[in-house]
Amino acid sequence: MPETPTDQRHRRRLDTSSPVVWAAAALLVLLVFNAVVNPGFFSLRIQDGHLFGSPVDVLKNVAPTLLIAVGMTLVIATRGIDLSVGAVLAISGAVSFTIIDGSPDPTSAGTAAVAIGTALAVGLVLGAWNGFLVSVVGIQPIIATLVLMTAGRGLAMLVTDGQIITAENPAFDWLGGGFVLGLPAQVVLTLLVLLVVAALTRRTALGTLIEAVGTNPEAARLAGVRSRSITWTVYVFVAFTAAVAGLMTNANVSAADANRAGLFIELDAILAVVIGGTSLAGGRYSLTGTVLGALILQTLTTTTLTMGLPDEYVRLFKAVVIIAVFLLQAPRIRAALGRRRRSARTTTSPAVPLPPTTGDDARPLSPTATEPATVPTTEPAGERTAEPATASTTDQGALR
Amino acid sequence: MSTAAPLPPAAPVVEMSGITIEFPGVRALDGVGLRLFPGEVHAVMGENGAGKSTLIKALTGVYRYDAGTVTVDGVEQHFATPADAQAAGISTVYQEVNLCPNLTVTENIVLGREPRKRGSIDRRASRERARRVLGELNLDLDPGSVLGRYPIALQQLVAIARAVDTDAKVLVLDEPTSSLDAGEVAELFRVVRALRDRGVAILFVSHFLDQVYEISDRMTVLRNGRLVAEHRTAELPRLQLVQEMIGRELSTLEHLEREAAQDTPTDAVPRLRARGLGRTGAIAPTDLDVHAGRVTGLAGLLGSGRTELTRLLFGADRASAGTVEVDGRPVRLRTPRTAIAEGIAFCSEDRKGEGVVGDLTVRDNVLLALQARRGWLRRIPRKQGDELVARYIKALDIRPAHPDALIRNLSGGNQQKVLLARWLLTEPRLLLLDEPTRGIDIGAKAQIQALVSQLASEGMSVVFVSAELEEVLRISDRITVLRDHRTVADLDGSTATLDSVVDLIASGGDRA
Amino acid sequence: MTATETDTGAAPAPAPERPTRSAGKAAYAWLRRTDTGSSTFSVAVTAVLLVVLFGAGTLRYENFGYPQVALNLLVDNAHLIVLAVGMTFVILTGGIDLSSGAVVALSTVIAASLLEKGWAAPLVIVLVLAVGTLLGWAMGAAVHHLQLQPFIVTLAGMFLARGLCFVISEPSIPIRDDLFTGLAQDVIELPGNTYLTYGVVIALVVVAVAVYVLHRTRFGRTVYAIGGNEQSAGLMGLAVGRTKVAVYAISGFCSALGGLLFSLYILSGWSLHAIGMELDAIAAVVIGGTLLTGGSGLVVGSLLGVLVLGTIQSLISFDGGLSSWWTKITIGVLLLVFVVVQRLSTRSKP
Repeated sequence: MPETPTDQRHRRRLDTSSPVVWAAAALLVLLVFNAVVNPGFFSLRIQDGHLFGSPVDVLKNVAPTLLIAVGMTLVIATRGIDLSVGAVLAISGAVSFTIIDGSPDPTSAGTAAVAIGTALAVGLVLGAWNGFLVSVVGIQPIIATLVLMTAGRGLAMLVTDGQIITAENPAFDWLGGGFVLGLPAQVVLTLLVLLVVAALTRRTALGTLIEAVGTNPEAARLAGVRSRSITWTVYVFVAFTAAVAGLMTNANVSAADANRAGLFIELDAILAVVIGGTSLAGGRYSLTGTVLGALILQTLTTTTLTMGLPDEYVRLFKAVVIIAVFLLQAPRIRAALGRRRRSARTTTSPAVPLPPTTGDDARPLSPTATEPATVPTTEPAGERTAEPATASTTDQGALR
Repeated sequence: MSTAAPLPPAAPVVEMSGITIEFPGVRALDGVGLRLFPGEVHAVMGENGAGKSTLIKALTGVYRYDAGTVTVDGVEQHFATPADAQAAGISTVYQEVNLCPNLTVTENIVLGREPRKRGSIDRRASRERARRVLGELNLDLDPGSVLGRYPIALQQLVAIARAVDTDAKVLVLDEPTSSLDAGEVAELFRVVRALRDRGVAILFVSHFLDQVYEISDRMTVLRNGRLVAEHRTAELPRLQLVQEMIGRELSTLEHLEREAAQDTPTDAVPRLRARGLGRTGAIAPTDLDVHAGRVTGLAGLLGSGRTELTRLLFGADRASAGTVEVDGRPVRLRTPRTAIAEGIAFCSEDRKGEGVVGDLTVRDNVLLALQARRGWLRRIPRKQGDELVARYIKALDIRPAHPDALIRNLSGGNQQKVLLARWLLTEPRLLLLDEPTRGIDIGAKAQIQALVSQLASEGMSVVFVSAELEEVLRISDRITVLRDHRTVADLDGSTATLDSVVDLIASGGDRA
Repeated sequence: MTATETDTGAAPAPAPERPTRSAGKAAYAWLRRTDTGSSTFSVAVTAVLLVVLFGAGTLRYENFGYPQVALNLLVDNAHLIVLAVGMTFVILTGGIDLSSGAVVALSTVIAASLLEKGWAAPLVIVLVLAVGTLLGWAMGAAVHHLQLQPFIVTLAGMFLARGLCFVISEPSIPIRDDLFTGLAQDVIELPGNTYLTYGVVIALVVVAVAVYVLHRTRFGRTVYAIGGNEQSAGLMGLAVGRTKVAVYAISGFCSALGGLLFSLYILSGWSLHAIGMELDAIAAVVIGGTLLTGGSGLVVGSLLGVLVLGTIQSLISFDGGLSSWWTKITIGVLLLVFVVVQRLSTRSKP
């Protein structure tokens, strides 16, 4: 009896070579480690109807990064990257508190609404700017967003006039310390966004189209996909998430610090996405993976701190984790390459009934590299590496 | 005609014999031999899948061969890398000109072998060497200019200059004239003749029959991975060459009967009418009419412009001249989206680069074009999608019949069927099929041809491009013959014969 | 002026006869045509920008027009110059190195802690350079042999280096070693009551060596070739793998050297030094005319790029009224302009 589609999908998900599975395993290891080293780690207590405890702290601390990482996942899926999210975070935070600080009635709901609305609008505009540079002007995403990353901090400082702006507003107080259904407000907010994005991308065709654009932009174009709009939109969205994260950050400390808000958050977000299995070269993405990746990074941080180690060690551990993840992924890549290397000398799919057809066609105006598969580097090792070299040298996506 | 070279010296500079290369499931080369003599231009001829490229790669160290020998100057060689082949005196100029466009002409010529003085590169000596080599070939290029500023034609000549600088004994030119215009080809041939006269053995791969006859002294014909024959060019009539290339295997497929429905009068407004449609460097201005319920076949050898023309009909490339009318309305086919909106579908022959979205499943690939047309918001309902996909999987016999399999794990032939399904799903009014049966076994081929025929009887217009002339003849109502980037004839499908088409391709209709 | 002359007797494509064409146009045509030309063009633009900025400063601020102000650009940014040189090598091959700043910090921390323990200064210097080079080499190997993306590999390198800093020492360590303090305080007197530090000399030597290597050695030409078309470079028989690994090692070395120069400048080792310095280096390289896609650019351009950044910094600090964050905004804008111009000019290439 033929397998139903759900069987197939289910089986595919448990595929042990899936990076998501590896990420889940890594998280599990971390949690187990925690349980051993910090016996009190998993203890939760309920107080005033709210949950408290280390796991809750982890979730709360991961919220801004995870939020941005969700947006970053979609950007990376289109073969792009966004380095400016930290700056956008700082700018929106700065804008919101400057408005509150400068308003006649700082604690009113109306002021909060204006502040929040403006901050989010600013985020959208900045995202549109990035999207414009990438999808219309055609600048590489890494450098296009580097511009805003560089200038952005300055802009944020300009907005706050170099000061750290403190403000008290019930809306932000709630965002910083409030609870919804027992969980911190930020966690719920992030969860909400995550669910909306998951629904939006998986219940509509958007996710598939994004993956198509990232995997094979030309095929997508020829199939009639609106690549330009899709690319533009993901940059707008990630900036939006950065703006929300900016509001969260402000709320946490009841202050807008343009200098330090969101410092390095882009790196954490990118790492979360990559650890979760989405490739920087674009294509398939996994929101689940991103969530796991973010949790891994945050658990790492919290574990280190709970163990009493200075938080500087966190960075070292992060490096170790990244290196471990890549070493794990790289040999897998190599092993997979090895299998294909032995069986076929070309990049066309394995069991071709007729000889490979690449290289026999003349298409004058698109002199694509028809024989990329067998370009060896002149390594003294002598082994002829029939590597699908185009994949690494030309498909570096955001980074070339 | 090539200038008559004297009888070749007894010993070839390169001799390949018994070369066999196998890929999983297919033998790309089966005991093929090749002899290159110094001072000769030797053309390797063969259709798609004949094994030309594979043979060249075996010679130049890109592929390993499973059996056979390669001897250079009488000494047996085993090249592990292209660098080895280069060191043995075999230089290759690839179709995409593998040089570094950001470096100067001089640097490209001497790169990796720069003259040195006291440990550092001697720029003056480099320039002198480059100047000398360019002078030997009578190329008036400024050695100090950046290579990228020159058109491909000149870059190619620089690649040849580099080969000369390495004192190459054998120069392999892989499709050197695909992107060149007549003047540039003439210049290239001048250089090639100069090299030939110096004693270099030149291996020339090209689809352009006229050029091959003009420049080569000797030809080797391959078909289906086997050596058909080696001839002296002057002794090989074109017709015989084309026949050897294409083969006269009897078709095992029945001639397709078609319903009377397609005797619709041809004065009906054509579904698509192209007038003077062309693109500089790709295809000369062409007229084409495609009627509803008719299959128009584009016949011609590879490189004749069939794909280029088809792409123009889809807006995949922008035309530089000409007009297109759909159902009598003028349209500007700027982008694929425009064409799709007009009910045109295009199944590309470059399935890997322009069709298959590797990371997605079969299902997603099949539904892609339809979904793109609906927009991102209105997702095709699960059930409807499943049904459609299942229907086409069955109709086209796609294997494995699992919609959730990743398309990259399917064989090439099945991938092709998935792409076909993608476009059929959009229920186009004009279907452009570029090599839709390439890489598909004979049974499946028949299925697809029958499908096309059926679609046509139901009113779809089809443009069918294929390198297999029998196939084109079998299903086309009208046949447009192309050659060397221009149309040479327009035939009635029911009266055309293989011989007549082959003849047109060989002689171009206007040249003996 | 493109050479399309053929020998077949057909009329050669004539260069339009313009006997009265101005020397300026001829020069411009030469610039656009030749290799040295097009890179020189970009660098010339940067140089002009530098002069304009400096000139504007001189006009606007009273004390700006002194030679020492100009020389201070070199004095204050010697470390960044060295960093930018290393970054240029990597970017020329189409890669990127995000670990530079972290390696700078690591160098200061290693140096400071070892000196504090009484190690001899020359030994410390050698060790620091070795560590930087080794780290760079490891990253290069990961990029090439494991085929991982430079962005991620060097990001990991950055985290690793910063992490190591913290492991070695948490608080900042002052450097009191004689050699270091001596080098830091000694100056080379120049006529006109101006001076330069030894750090500047080292930086300029590094630039000179880099220019020589990139333009006069096979290795250097291979670097450019890889950036132009890596596949072709391989087919042409160049040692692509070795070269790719080497450029990251060079960048590591330069980061370590830059770290030593920085430690002369600041006389302390601290794990939070040089945060974001790699981005300054990248900005300098881009402003200096080097393409991020690789294959085109001059080291001299990166040097000028650093000076441009320094000038902007000086301009802003001279102006009491402008807040220092205008620096960032200006640099961002400059980066944008250069990148857009690069994009438009590559688009219009034949």
